[in-house]
Amino acid sequence: MYTDRVMDHFRNPRNMGKMDDPSAVGRVGRVACGDVMWFYIKVEPDGDGREIITDVSWETFGCTAAIATSSMVSEIAKGKTLEEAVTITNRDAAEQLGGLPPIKMHCSALAADALNEAIYAYLTERGREIPEALAKRHERVAKEMATLDKRYQNLLEAEGEQTGSSQ
Amino acid sequence: MTRPIYLDHSATTRVAPEVVAAMEPYMGDRFGNPSSLHALGREARAAVEHSRETIAMHLGANTKEIVFTAGATEANNLALIGAAFASEERRHIITTAIEHHAVLHTAQWLQSQGFPVTVLDVDAAGRVDVDAVRQALREDTLLVSIMAGNNEIGTLQPIQEIGTMCRERGVLFHTDAVQAFGKVPLPMDSVDLLSVSAHKLHGPKGVGFLYVRRGVKLVPLLHGGGHEGGRRSGTENVPSIVGLGAATEIAFSEMEKLATRLRGFRARLIEGVAGIPGTRLNGHPTESLPHIANFSFEAIEGEGLVLKLDELGVAVSTGSACSSPDLEPSHVLRAIGVPMSTIHGSLRVSTGRGTTPEEIEAFLEHLPGAVEALRAFSPFKVGDRRVH
Repeated sequence: MYTDRVMDHFRNPRNMGKMDDPSAVGRVGRVACGDVMWFYIKVEPDGDGREIITDVSWETFGCTAAIATSSMVSEIAKGKTLEEAVTITNRDAAEQLGGLPPIKMHCSALAADALNEAIYAYLTERGREIPEALAKRHERVAKEMATLDKRYQNLLEAEGEQTGSSQ
Repeated sequence: MTRPIYLDHSATTRVAPEVVAAMEPYMGDRFGNPSSLHALGREARAAVEHSRETIAMHLGANTKEIVFTAGATEANNLALIGAAFASEERRHIITTAIEHHAVLHTAQWLQSQGFPVTVLDVDAAGRVDVDAVRQALREDTLLVSIMAGNNEIGTLQPIQEIGTMCRERGVLFHTDAVQAFGKVPLPMDSVDLLSVSAHKLHGPKGVGFLYVRRGVKLVPLLHGGGHEGGRRSGTENVPSIVGLGAATEIAFSEMEKLATRLRGFRARLIEGVAGIPGTRLNGHPTESLPHIANFSFEAIEGEGLVLKLDELGVAVSTGSACSSPDLEPSHVLRAIGVPMSTIHGSLRVSTGRGTTPEEIEAFLEHLPGAVEALRAFSPFKVGDRRVH
């Protein structure tokens, strides 16, 4: 079902875990649908004044494909400029993993989206201009999350009533 | 490859060597068609009928009440669809939210064909309330279908009480006994229709039977040569039917002894898993099939846990969305109200005839490390109620 490269990243996840002092964090996914990914980025200028993602890490709740694509996206993004990093696509991650089962393609989508969200947060928090492609992707992600929230709202509310707890 | 520690007996089981030995001649020299008049045919017929007698004897049934099928999915379809289309006036069907899809989806299909269906909820342990069944019964109820023991969480249903109540009201009672047959005694006096599959009890895949109480009318699903008393056409799958008979013989001769051993394993699993923080048992602590234990692990997703354990040589399964073709979490876990924060982190451990105490201990040794490895990079912590 999974390629050797997927299993390698699952077994030996790269750049995993929380980052202590990140420049920004991107969060996507919802527990109810089984995938949540948080991407942490550290951005620093290089000698030429370009902004480089000098460190990336992630925390992922999800299946094997979700874990492997988080690991892969983090590996691709590390050392890239912000401009380069925003062009990383879901397909890049899936391809470099030797392919994913069709039903799991959304997992690779989430990992690239989480990185994108981190870059979006980085620029927004600094009052910087958002490139159009990045803004569009952010809008799409926000819309998807809102759809998921709506879909699971009733379930979670019913649960809250039973347990008296909330998120 | 060293043989894995196989704790997925609810998915399927290894065909017992005795069963293989019983089947082999019928794939070789004794290849006859049971409908043939010659000696080879008569030999095959005798083998099929011997198997039928074995099953009937252990169920306390008549041989005419056993209809061989290609497994339990067909048996469930035949029970529900066959009874529905044979019914003249009564049309209403009652079932539960935690049935196997072979029953649930069949009931939904019948609903699309104009048969009203009531799907009953279960409590947090997965038990159906007998009173809820009583209240759901209508003048036109034709059939109640409630599984004997659940395939994901193991919970046993009060089928004797429900079946008896149905009998008093002139309503047919069907039970999917795939996981229960050969594991726990079945109250056959209260049952009109009962589905069984061979591969869950160390028999071959692709064969099962439907018990049909004498006098219960069914419309066949398969039309043809009129085999199985006209209820299931198609040349009998002789080797597999022989295997089903042999597997039944073994299961019933060992039932009490095996159930006691498996109950011991289950208790040990529950005790062992409780030692890991952020876990819960899904299902009933005691009113359960002896061989199934289902747990949830906070902050992690089940597919990863299954594959982590697989790497360690342990075979188990999960009800997580990521493991299902429709990416939806288990309908059973949803029906018993497993919180959305942990519904994806479920693990089903199911033991069987070959399971040893050493395997249970090895599993319990591997488990905390596998859980910890996945929690190490989870955005959620044990006790979290956040959803994103």
